[in-house]
Amino acid sequence: MSLHEVFRDCATRRSAALIGYLPAGFPTVPDSVELFRAMVRGDGDTPGCDVVEIGIPYSDPVMDGPTIQAASGEALRNGFRVRQLFDIVSAVAETGAAPVVMTYWNPVHRYGPDAFARDLAAAGGLGVITPDLVPDEADEWLAAARQHRLDRIFLVAPSSTERRVAMTAGAGSGFLYAASVMGVTGARDSVSGSARELVRRTRAHTELPVGVGLGVRTAGHAAEVAEFADGVIVGSAFIDRAGQDGAAGVAEFAAELGRGVGKSSTPAP
Amino acid sequence: MTARDSDASRQAATPGEADPHGHDPDPGGHFGSYGGRFMPEALIAAQDELAEEYEKARNDPEFVAELERLLRDYAGRPSPLTEVERFGAHAGGARVFLKREDLNHTGSHKINNVLGQALLVKRMGKRRVIAETGAGQHGVATATACALLDLDCVVYMGATDTERQALNVARMRLLGAEVRPVDTGSATLKDAINEALRDWVANVADTHYLLGTAAGAHPFPLLVRNLHRVIGEESREQVLRHTGRLPEAVVACVGGGSNAIGIFHGFIDDPEVRLVGMEAGGHGLDSGEHGAALTSGTPGTLHGARSYLLQDEDGQIAEAYSISAGLDYPGVGPEHAWLADTGRAEYRAVTDDEAMHAFRLLSRTEGIIPAIESAHALAGALRLGAELGPEAVLVVNLSGRGDKDMDTAAQYFGLVPEAGITGGDQR
Ligand SMILES: Cc1ncc(COP(=O)(O)O)c(C=O)c1O
Repeated sequence: MSLHEVFRDCATRRSAALIGYLPAGFPTVPDSVELFRAMVRGDGDTPGCDVVEIGIPYSDPVMDGPTIQAASGEALRNGFRVRQLFDIVSAVAETGAAPVVMTYWNPVHRYGPDAFARDLAAAGGLGVITPDLVPDEADEWLAAARQHRLDRIFLVAPSSTERRVAMTAGAGSGFLYAASVMGVTGARDSVSGSARELVRRTRAHTELPVGVGLGVRTAGHAAEVAEFADGVIVGSAFIDRAGQDGAAGVAEFAAELGRGVGKSSTPAP
Repeated sequence: MTARDSDASRQAATPGEADPHGHDPDPGGHFGSYGGRFMPEALIAAQDELAEEYEKARNDPEFVAELERLLRDYAGRPSPLTEVERFGAHAGGARVFLKREDLNHTGSHKINNVLGQALLVKRMGKRRVIAETGAGQHGVATATACALLDLDCVVYMGATDTERQALNVARMRLLGAEVRPVDTGSATLKDAINEALRDWVANVADTHYLLGTAAGAHPFPLLVRNLHRVIGEESREQVLRHTGRLPEAVVACVGGGSNAIGIFHGFIDDPEVRLVGMEAGGHGLDSGEHGAALTSGTPGTLHGARSYLLQDEDGQIAEAYSISAGLDYPGVGPEHAWLADTGRAEYRAVTDDEAMHAFRLLSRTEGIIPAIESAHALAGALRLGAELGPEAVLVVNLSGRGDKDMDTAAQYFGLVPEAGITGGDQR
């Protein structure tokens, strides 16, 4: 299934897509596969994530707050290597969820953008989210991703001008990642009002689905965001939950969030 | 060819003024395949704003005059060019001239960049300035400009560096800045930059990130270089005045590359002048413990630009090492990458021991205690002088003074029996 189809099916079921992030290899490679599976499984009543964001742990994660920094650092200390990413992607693809990779640009640059796109597509990956690669610098990546039929998921931010939102929407595919606040990743107590406004501005330029991330922590937040966005992205809160309650906790939390975004017998309002 | 060595052919451009010689990057900030903007979208608007404001400012006579006034009356420019004969005797007998950036207010070249950017902050109507610092020189310079221009100032500094540069921490605090030690990653300069970027993305509406070197995303490499070009322009005039000719080589240390690019640009259109950058060789390139991004790194993206950097096979950034905090950085500004590839400039590495030898030598022969960063350039001059012989004229950028390094030097040479001079715990 393509990302396009995932979002279409969620829309048909009148739910937003639930997009969950964890770093690959956190805390170890086998453990992370368990966590990703749990994130998709949910509980007996409600399934979990539709899209799984597999993060490549990176030495210098400038867009990440303390939670993801710590988890990525742990994965690296436990020996995570980029080549192990592809098996993790395959394992996620087998669950039936849509795997995408979230990565800073340098690891891809180093691997070789074309080789990276080729190996990711072969493993069943559908696209890549690039938090520090803007379309202005992405010619090589766009060519590689097109060649290997991967979606190019770029970010828009509250500070993006109309011109940049339009340009970014034009270069992207799959979905657009709307950063809800000006800031780094990390669970927050409330979802900023700027998210709704950014989604509205983005929709004026594109038919692409818009996912909202940064700071979503509870099923309540997820429900709030699902009212105005096509996808709800949760990262740091999954890491916290994994740290507290392991895979069982992640599965349970995914189901709670799933109900939040509208995955139950009662359609979302 | 026109008289390249006559003063009249090359009026020194005013600091911050449009480059009359055309070495600017393309509009996206690319020097060849290097540079650009590998940055979160959230910060692009601020980078655009800065680029636009700088374009206006560099063509605004009022801004240019104000910056000139501050550089002259506050920072003490022009800095002298000092011939060092006794030191030169150890450099194959070459005539060695030191560009005395150590005599600037706050003790290093960093003040040139800081005053220019702080004036831009005022123009943009922002109130808060953040900065990273390694040796503490840029932090001190930033805190100084913020005190002068009434701006709030937060300086991020790796926890390792707050220890080895304790005096500079005290200086920044005295000047009213808040110093935030950073203990993530390697707890040095690169991590301080990461933390500053995280702050910036959250506070960009009222905050300027006053980057301290000619690296980072466009327009920083261009902006910082132009603000330091005054070093090279003065040097060229001065060396012509002293010797009636151009030097064989211009030598500077390279951390992020700001003092080097500044002095190089005074001579970049003089192809007969070799431009030589000295990187931190640490314990030697083979030891893996160094900061020599150009000499032994590979291309990649770090802190917003494509350039050479120290990284592993997976593109994870390696931890740099140098005895000098200001060179302890795994990346380098993109224009240096371009100059290295095109061959216009050459880069070499100097070990801790070579640098410390030059540090003591200059102190003993000339009564000038250099910053350990600058001692890398001096060590380079000792080598180049030996290669080029007594006919050669060398201009060395003495980017800073060594007061901040006395703990490290005392430790290295065993000058003080107990702990360091400041009583800090020295490794
Ligand atoms: C005296 C001195 N020289 C050189 C440097 C290295 O920086 P850059 O390469 O940007 O000149 C520093 C940095 O802190 C410094 O303090």
